[in-house]
Amino acid sequence: MVYLTRIEHFNAAHKLYNPAWDREKNEIVFGKCANDNWHGHNYELHVTIKGEIVEDTGFLFDVKILSLLINEFVIEKLDHKNLNLDVEFLKDKMCSTENLAIAVWKQLQPHLPAPVKLHCVKLYETPRIFVEYFGD
Amino acid sequence: MQSKKVSVYRREHFNAAHRLHNPAWDAEKNFDVFGKCSNPNFHGHNYEIEVRITGETDPETGFVINLKVLRDIIKETILEKLDHKNLNLDVPEFKDVNPTVENIVIFIFNALREKIDLKFELHVRVYETPRNFAEYPAS
Repeated sequence: MVYLTRIEHFNAAHKLYNPAWDREKNEIVFGKCANDNWHGHNYELHVTIKGEIVEDTGFLFDVKILSLLINEFVIEKLDHKNLNLDVEFLKDKMCSTENLAIAVWKQLQPHLPAPVKLHCVKLYETPRIFVEYFGD
Repeated sequence: MQSKKVSVYRREHFNAAHRLHNPAWDAEKNFDVFGKCSNPNFHGHNYEIEVRITGETDPETGFVINLKVLRDIIKETILEKLDHKNLNLDVPEFKDVNPTVENIVIFIFNALREKIDLKFELHVRVYETPRNFAEYPAS
């Protein structure tokens, strides 16, 4: 078994705000992240796949194709977007890094050809804050 | 003679939303010029700022400037105004100024210049992404 990681990045606006709560409660729980007019981040996405090496190529999987899949199903939908307003697959979800990592997993997983398996989606919201999701 | 001047640096960061948009142009021209940066619903960045102060060291302290004091000035003057804000909507200085990284670095320089003793040279660098940054004054 070998693990292969591709790093991509996107820039997006978001806010943390639960519409079921009033403004005061949102500010108590989410602080300045609840700012009505949004704020934003440079997100960095690490996608790790796992599997066995194909003898003919020496590859687990062609990393160029992995990059194209991440770009088509994730980056193009998130980059320079407002995560709360512009992204169909995040509709009605809280735009936390945790939920975003799980949503990225769901976007990518169906497009990876067997026997390659998705191992981890690691998502940095800032250089100091990141989330890892392993699919369970 | 050997120069007595030393440069000291303080790095800070803030997270903000913005869009690049010229209100004098229609949406099509804005998209032609600014591309996806003109998205009406905004996007955002983790901005990093690097403030450089140059001067002679004080013989009593060994400091050019107390970096704790510099940090507090940056926090009060810049970060409280920009962090977790929408640069276009929440910051009056960008009401009629496009919040490009160039204009942001000039804004930060001017705001800090008012608070930092003129005996010090000031230089500011702003990173919009790890790959795009601007500095003022230009070198």
